[in-house]
Amino acid sequence: MTLLSTHNLRAYYGDFQALFDVDFAIDAGETVAIIGANGAGKTTFLRAVVGALDCEQEMVQFDGLPIGRLAAHDVVRLGIAMVPEGRKLFPSLSVEENLRIGGDYSRRGPWTLERVYKLFPILAERRDTPSTALSGGQQQMVAIGRALMSNPRLLLCDELSLGLAPVIIGEIYARLATISAEGTTLVIVEQDTNRALAAADRFYCFQKGRVSLTGAAGGKQTIDRATITAAYFGL
Amino acid sequence: MNWYSILVQGTLLGGLYALFAIGLSLTFGIMRLVNIAHGDLITLSAFVALMAVDMLELHPLVSLAIVIPVMFGLGYLLQRGVLNFTLGGSILPPLLVTFGLSVIIQNVLLEGFGADMRRLNAGPIEIESVTLPGGVTVGLMPIIVFAIALVSLGGLQYLLYRTRLGRAFRAASDDPASAELMGINKNHLYALAMGLALIFTALAGVLFAMRTSVDPASGPIRLIFAFEAIIIGGLGSLWGTLIGGIVLGIAQSIGAAFSVQWQILAGHVAFLVILLVKPDGLFPRIKD
Repeated sequence: MTLLSTHNLRAYYGDFQALFDVDFAIDAGETVAIIGANGAGKTTFLRAVVGALDCEQEMVQFDGLPIGRLAAHDVVRLGIAMVPEGRKLFPSLSVEENLRIGGDYSRRGPWTLERVYKLFPILAERRDTPSTALSGGQQQMVAIGRALMSNPRLLLCDELSLGLAPVIIGEIYARLATISAEGTTLVIVEQDTNRALAAADRFYCFQKGRVSLTGAAGGKQTIDRATITAAYFGL
Repeated sequence: MNWYSILVQGTLLGGLYALFAIGLSLTFGIMRLVNIAHGDLITLSAFVALMAVDMLELHPLVSLAIVIPVMFGLGYLLQRGVLNFTLGGSILPPLLVTFGLSVIIQNVLLEGFGADMRRLNAGPIEIESVTLPGGVTVGLMPIIVFAIALVSLGGLQYLLYRTRLGRAFRAASDDPASAELMGINKNHLYALAMGLALIFTALAGVLFAMRTSVDPASGPIRLIFAFEAIIIGGLGSLWGTLIGGIVLGIAQSIGAAFSVQWQILAGHVAFLVILLVKPDGLFPRIKD
């Protein structure tokens, strides 16, 4: 069953058109990777889906409902959460407050503080520290936990690996697998193509605001490296 | 000159100045809105109380039961209907719009009530006094005002740091766009913030009009006292605002002890001196 789809999605920053007729679909329970170079429109796509960027009502459909015009604070209540690029934690809030605010104004559901702490035990130890005092990896865990607190049906992860050590990235992706196994649908946006393709069932490659390639990923990947590289760089 | 008495009187006056300042500090802290009409909203609160007292024959303190909800509602509508549209870009639009609002409030009050000085009569409680240890006698009213200021600051502290709404206020203050992603409706939240600010304004206006006379033009000087208390205390610091109010109150009391004409000027001089030696104020929290 299709959970989220976009149809001819166009998005603009002022006069600048950042997305051109993007068609995208993800089934419930699936993990889909979006790969692409800097400026390909990956983050713009996520922003348009969560309502942080204006687009037309019919361009984004979630669970059969057109949601393109909804405001960001309404979209999260429907069950779409985003882990933003650069984490965007609230610096004047403690770790626990950052997690709590994720759930304060959004959907009820199975995710609670206790479950987030079980997923990321280190955060329980540091619950009263200011979020800015954490390491980059721990901050990323808070950002994921904060998004989970809204009990999303669809979780959008933007550049989780940015600025983190490989061992930490591995740990975070292992947790994503757990989250996915519990039934959450995932969209992973990455510049690290290998990491994203390994974690996903399918992938979309963006290039200059358009979908340049799409196909199966993970164990079922049939498209060879050279084709993906060409779609990535537009060669 | 009795220094102990001056310090006590000045400290108690500082409580009132802190009440002037809290609302202004709150709107700036949460949404970076500098409300030039803040002083006039204090005056407006006093006039709403005057109307309630005249029409319903209430005690001024009881009239707060009417003035507080009225000012909260007004704040909510003002923010949702007008001021939200001025936010998000440059800091100039909110300044200009609230400046215009200041002029409008003054003229509406002038039209409705005339230019006479008015005062809220609190009755026998006004002349009650208490003798503190050390032999200083102070009025009961200043003590009540100071106590209300302490309770208000304590309540606000609790709200901001212990409740869901307070978390949302602090998160929106940090990063309004990310707060939206958490399901926080910024327009509604900002309107609540302005409503909350005007609750403190209502308290300040009523207590102020029980202490001194007010007229439709007495807003701007209250705004200046509020600014001075905030800057002396340090932007964004709740208890710093109380300290700022107290510094201002003590400076004015010392000035008044020399000569009545020196009262206001001494406060401004203290403000300028602190601005010179500690431009961030005594307890700064907000850096930008």
